[in-house]
Amino acid sequence: MAIVKDDRKYAESHEWAKVDGDVATIGISDFAQHALGDVVYVDLPEVGDEVEAGEDFGAVESVKAASDLISPVSGEIVEVNEALEDAPEMVNADPYNNWIIKVKMSDPGELDSLLDAAAYDQLTKED
Amino acid sequence: MKEYDKLIFELSRPGRKGYELPADRFEIDGLDAIPSELLRRNEPELPEVSELDVVRHYTNLSNKNFGVDTGFYPLGSCTMKYNPKINEELAAMPEFAALHPLQPAETAQGALELYYNLQKALASLAGLEEFTLNPYAGAHGELTGLMVMRQYHISRGDTKRTKVIVPDTAHGTNPASAMVSGLEVVEVKSKPNGSIDVEDLKPLLDDTVAGIMMTNPNTVGMFETEILEIADLVHNAGGLLYYDGANLNPMLGKVRPGDMGFDIMHINLHKTFSTPHGGGGPGSGPVGVAKHLVDLLPNPRVRKAEDGSFYVDTDDKSLGNVSTFFGNFGVMMKAYAYILSLGKEGIKNVGPMATLNANYIKESLKDVYKLPIEGVCKHEFVFDGLADKSTGVTTLNVAKRLLDFGFHAPTIYFPLLFHESMMIEPTETESKETLDEFIDAMRRVAKEAAEDPETVKAAPVTTKISHPDETGAAKNPVLSYRTLKSQQ
Amino acid sequence: MLEVIGVNSVDDLYSDVPSEVIFRGEYDIPEGMSELELRNWFKALGRKNRNLVVFGGQGAYDHYSPSVIAHLLGRSEFYTAYTPYQPEISQGTLQYIFEYQSIISELTGLEATNASMYDGATATAEAAFMMVASARKRNAVLVSATIAPRVLDVVKTYTKFHGIELRVIPEACGVTDLAAMREMLGAGDVAGVILPQPNKYGIIEDLSGVADDVHAVKALLTLNCDPSTLAVLRSPAEWGADIACGDGQSLGMPLQFGGPYLGFMSCGNAQLRKMPGRVVGATTDAKGNRCYVLTLQAREQHIRREKATSNICSNQSLMALYATIYVSLMGEKGLCEVNSLSANGAHYLCNKLVESGKFQLAFDKPFLKEFTLRTDLDIDALNRKLADNGIMGGVNLGDGLVAFAVTEKRTKEEIDRLVNLMLED
Repeated sequence: MAIVKDDRKYAESHEWAKVDGDVATIGISDFAQHALGDVVYVDLPEVGDEVEAGEDFGAVESVKAASDLISPVSGEIVEVNEALEDAPEMVNADPYNNWIIKVKMSDPGELDSLLDAAAYDQLTKED
Repeated sequence: MKEYDKLIFELSRPGRKGYELPADRFEIDGLDAIPSELLRRNEPELPEVSELDVVRHYTNLSNKNFGVDTGFYPLGSCTMKYNPKINEELAAMPEFAALHPLQPAETAQGALELYYNLQKALASLAGLEEFTLNPYAGAHGELTGLMVMRQYHISRGDTKRTKVIVPDTAHGTNPASAMVSGLEVVEVKSKPNGSIDVEDLKPLLDDTVAGIMMTNPNTVGMFETEILEIADLVHNAGGLLYYDGANLNPMLGKVRPGDMGFDIMHINLHKTFSTPHGGGGPGSGPVGVAKHLVDLLPNPRVRKAEDGSFYVDTDDKSLGNVSTFFGNFGVMMKAYAYILSLGKEGIKNVGPMATLNANYIKESLKDVYKLPIEGVCKHEFVFDGLADKSTGVTTLNVAKRLLDFGFHAPTIYFPLLFHESMMIEPTETESKETLDEFIDAMRRVAKEAAEDPETVKAAPVTTKISHPDETGAAKNPVLSYRTLKSQQ
Repeated sequence: MLEVIGVNSVDDLYSDVPSEVIFRGEYDIPEGMSELELRNWFKALGRKNRNLVVFGGQGAYDHYSPSVIAHLLGRSEFYTAYTPYQPEISQGTLQYIFEYQSIISELTGLEATNASMYDGATATAEAAFMMVASARKRNAVLVSATIAPRVLDVVKTYTKFHGIELRVIPEACGVTDLAAMREMLGAGDVAGVILPQPNKYGIIEDLSGVADDVHAVKALLTLNCDPSTLAVLRSPAEWGADIACGDGQSLGMPLQFGGPYLGFMSCGNAQLRKMPGRVVGATTDAKGNRCYVLTLQAREQHIRREKATSNICSNQSLMALYATIYVSLMGEKGLCEVNSLSANGAHYLCNKLVESGKFQLAFDKPFLKEFTLRTDLDIDALNRKLADNGIMGGVNLGDGLVAFAVTEKRTKEEIDRLVNLMLED
């Protein structure tokens, strides 16, 4: 069973966003890391890059699959989790603590269109 | 006996060599004329080995390989037919092998004639007007063919046609080729039986569509029975039809893509025309087109003059060049030798016999493997794993167990239509006895799966290596001997 | 078999095909031939070709192929295998590709090499894609006018369709105009630069400082080179290049009227994930034995579909084996000797023709095995005369320029004969 944490919001493309002030921390869900299998590489963007909600900012790769990372919010990337460069398996071990990027949001209203934990849990069960 | 496991670098001994060159008689030092800042500083670390070292090493490596000459290779969508030996010998004839691609046309008439005649033969077999033989492989043919498609619309000033329709079941190469050629991919849905859903196609056909890419038979080996309607719909919407020749083999000698309404196609000479796959290449991916597209084919062109001689030409309307010279000429020689061996009558048996063999295997195994799509297939078909799913034995397990029994595995987990896809293509060159042996092995695996699933899951056990760590390989890429050595 | 299938005839297997598309006509191909007839037919066709003593290059060089190579390539365990998707029964193919990658990386000096591509021109076009993919938002690529014209043509085609802005850096005195290049780098949208080494005239360009200039604008540098010459010429890594590519034909491959050859591509680890094509990596199996697998496949088209950097899904595998065996036989010392003999012959020929006064060195710049002369003579007429005498002369580059290539295969007698034929009236 995939774990869904209720302290954050989710995108249908399986990223989560946890908000602290105007900064959203973004990672992938437990469901997503299960579906991918052993993550062998995380393609990270650079600090200072602009992202837009619904557009990809990087990718996660396993041996036989690759999945684009879609940003749930728009804004400027203020931090990337560089530890993933050397230890991508951290995404499998603890997808909710091992975030990928932090974004300074330009439109916090975008959060309203994301799923809450219950709705996301429902979505993953339908898949 | 211990398995041979050396790398060529590990045989290296200082000063050893495997060559002998003529003595220098020029009394001039050409390298001395080159300023030192243009010369190399760090010597490359290359093997220093004797000729015998090299011969033994690569002979030992060859023993770790499985080829069509080793055994049955039912790899779906790859058409692993027998590669006639005479063709190898002919392609190595010095009269052809020593020809420089830029030597005067008058001195390369035999080579140009072969290029021209093969092009003509393919056009006749495909029901199209003309082929270029320049593309090097199937994917390169796809790319070239899609460039023809785009060039056609651009040359007519119809620049808004930037989308190409690709079935959702298509091999990943189709959308990738479309992307490289600058086209945007629009997916058309397939019906549960793998055929294109015509009702889903209709609303996609607007004036931004450049064309559609299809295989026929389709990805699951079934003939697209609505092809003539699809062709009319696409043509009426101003688009072109592209035929991916990956599945041409069952049509060879029976149905021509041009007659089904296709405007552009590529052929894999290394599948349908018996040239060897070479462990991944070189192949050859000729592209054929209908009459209205002939001017757009890539340069250089080989043409026949009125006096019967052949010459190299370039065409202003051409989409440009996609290869340095004339493509993989050596491969073309083998394909033409194949066509000449079979001849106009013999070639008519290719498709039907491939289809017969595939259906025979399918019907002989469908009680123990799940056949998701009933009915007559063409050159290949797909099982969705074992019929009995309760054992936990997967398609991957079955594939690996077949290796233990001396067969190559089928194509697995493609198409994506089914969870446990297993795609089997026997080709026409296999005898009934070989097919029966394969059927027996498949049944034995199914029986084992029911009685002793752990044995199947542990497979392979007889191969030189088993269960390689692919995750480790991808996480920590070791791509050269230098890196390997530094980590030891 | 029909009974098992439950049909009455083979034709019934096509009952789902609309009858109007079943082909009932006659193919425009000859009657079938026996093996003996086929052999005679090819012999007769072969007599319409003439094997010439080759002094032309421009991407195809008449280097010597040791006999061993053809024998080993003829092992059908190699040539009748498919792509090594089943590593358990493909260790032969996987290991030679690993050795090939290792050898090319030694020559280029760059860490990562793919399993090979179609040819040098398409590999160069793919390098352009790769540089643009790495740069994310910048979309222009600069290419030198001194790159081989056949390579440039292919790069133009690929970039035109792919929507990359290709700008040609002008040439000055036979080499890339570096001042012009520096100016063009200032445009702000340049993702990468492609330069040749040696160039289309055979000249070895001095690229000192170029990599720094390119990197200063966060662009990448690709060098298109001849792998045979890398035993003696400064390597792409030593020039500071990010990507090296080119045609592997010069590693002893038969001329074969233009193919099969192979395209090679190396890059630094920083660009590895953007590199197209198949890659083999070393790993271990369940028993801890060293083995080889296709790896980093998540970059490739069969997984990424339209998001892949390239659509390539094969390699020139058997030609990679060719290159591997060739370099193994020759070693570093043998490759240096090949270059030295070729350069000696080339300079000998060049001197003889220039001494005659009928030819001048087109540009006074260093060269190795290929060089370009200027003449007022009718080059095509000269080449026809040479062909009548069993020789392929230099390649006519237009504007009174002719490019000769001399390999270690050319003897002093052959060169003297060429010179005599060219200089007699």
